[in-house]
Amino acid sequence: MILDLEHFVRTERPYWDELESMLNRMEEHHDVNLSLQDVRRFHFLYDLAASDLLRLSTFASSPEIAQHLEALVARAYGEIHETRGPNRPFLFWHWVTRQFPRTFRRHLRAFWLSVTLTLLGCAFGAGILYLEPDAKETLLPFAHLQGKPSERVAEEQENQGRHLEGKKAGFAGFLMTHNIRVSLFTLALGMTYGVGTVVVLFYNGVILGAVAFDYIHDGQTQFLMGWLLPHGSIEIPSVIIAGQAGFVLAGALIGSRQSLSLLGRLAAIRADLVTLIGGFSMLLVWAGLVEAFFSQYHEPVLPYAVKISFGLLELVLLFAWLGFGGRAPDPS
Amino acid sequence: MTLNLPGRKTLQIQTPEGVIFSLTTAGVFSRFLAWSIDAMVVIAASTIIGTLTAFIAILSPDFAQALYVILYAVVSVGYGIFTEWRWRGQSWGKRIMRLRVIDASGLKLQLSQIIIRNLLRPVDLLPALYLLGGLFLYWGQRGQRLGDLAANTVVIAIPETKLLDLQQIEESKYNSFRDYPHLEARLRQCVKPAEAALALDAVLRRDEIWPEARVEVFRDLAAHFRTLVPFEDKVDETITDEQFVRNAVASIYRKAGSRQKALQPTLEP
Repeated sequence: MILDLEHFVRTERPYWDELESMLNRMEEHHDVNLSLQDVRRFHFLYDLAASDLLRLSTFASSPEIAQHLEALVARAYGEIHETRGPNRPFLFWHWVTRQFPRTFRRHLRAFWLSVTLTLLGCAFGAGILYLEPDAKETLLPFAHLQGKPSERVAEEQENQGRHLEGKKAGFAGFLMTHNIRVSLFTLALGMTYGVGTVVVLFYNGVILGAVAFDYIHDGQTQFLMGWLLPHGSIEIPSVIIAGQAGFVLAGALIGSRQSLSLLGRLAAIRADLVTLIGGFSMLLVWAGLVEAFFSQYHEPVLPYAVKISFGLLELVLLFAWLGFGGRAPDPS
Repeated sequence: MTLNLPGRKTLQIQTPEGVIFSLTTAGVFSRFLAWSIDAMVVIAASTIIGTLTAFIAILSPDFAQALYVILYAVVSVGYGIFTEWRWRGQSWGKRIMRLRVIDASGLKLQLSQIIIRNLLRPVDLLPALYLLGGLFLYWGQRGQRLGDLAANTVVIAIPETKLLDLQQIEESKYNSFRDYPHLEARLRQCVKPAEAALALDAVLRRDEIWPEARVEVFRDLAAHFRTLVPFEDKVDETITDEQFVRNAVASIYRKAGSRQKALQPTLEP
């Protein structure tokens, strides 16, 4: 069949224009609520445009009109066939107390994998430093960790946190943004089938293990715990959660849930990834504040017992929250 | 005739009603330009943030430093997420370059998809200058970087949906093709949309083409149409190549109500 193009356009165009204006309205206002009559009209216009496109496909000489109709049908199709439900209003308290802990527990295997790799890295870092003390320069490429731990402790205790006077807020800002970026990178490396995530977690563990061994070996265990625990009890689990998210992503790519296609698997974990990202970012904001405003004070300003207790309390609360939060069913 | 630009692919979606529509994915170059524009917007925003925090620094340099670092991070990471969510898959750069992020299945774009495609950008940047993401974008079936793959999104080029103005090709002269309705009908059936569009474009823009080039263009087009439908010699020989193409275009995009309408039914078998 060959259409009389002008007649076809003249007859159908008012409907296309009406569909376009409805689409513009819906796209401009995310939460637009159409009346039943409007929904019916919208569906009718979509059907009409779709059938016009079908009719045009038999007529070879109208690429502009076909393109116009394809664009309209594509937009309307997205609106009509979306079945993933409307975006619910975001309830922060519900998210914190229920959604994040539930999501964390849903992927516990990935979390333990992340923990294991970090611990293996720790053991490796400590082992290397035990066997080859000269490797410290290579293992710990940070100026403040190069010297003898006992000398640094003496210096810090004498300093009484004055070296950060007037810089703490800026330091906190740097720590927050830097750690969130590193964690996001760890997660993003899940796209390398998890290989990159393994490397980052292991490397983090190596540094942590080497530092810990260095301080413990030099008899500075109390300082180490007082220095690391207040922020580390939140920061280290946050990076591990980022690794967990990376492995969740890698798991979807590899296909541990064979019943779903790759796209299905990725779609199934997408919301969980966003929740985990929100979770570890929030934790890292807290860790940054604690590291800048609390961790840098040592005895005699702050007794180590207070700092260690604070760090342990945070750790207990964190895992109580992640382990038990949201276990009760939601109120209807 | 198809124009294969680097990284441009077609995404075909079939609706449950059986309608197939195709969307052209954005090319590497247009995406790079859009990204460059967005980068400039972020730089401009960070400059503004820097200026504002410089005023705050008079009162508290430490607080101003913290504010700058945090706001810069929020803007550089949040810019893409906010704009693509607010403008349905478009950032400033994508708006200017007429690109849009869409769900690869044609469905409505979800916030989680936008967040994932933007936050997974670091892996696309590896080892430097978007090399990994660029390779996936270029070689992948649907022109997706890694972030797009994880989010199941595609960046498409928004077509200029300018409806055809048939008034412009109204026949002012006698169209000798009209004497051969069966050949006209065959021409309309044989010609491909892109060929028809190209011929129409040549007719509409003939004054923009250099005379020598114009002769060449119409000669090639006429030669191509002649291979599709062999009109009789007496029709063919009496008109120039340009007139031949004009007649062909007029026949393809025939207007109802033209002076020879009586000879042609509205619908032809």
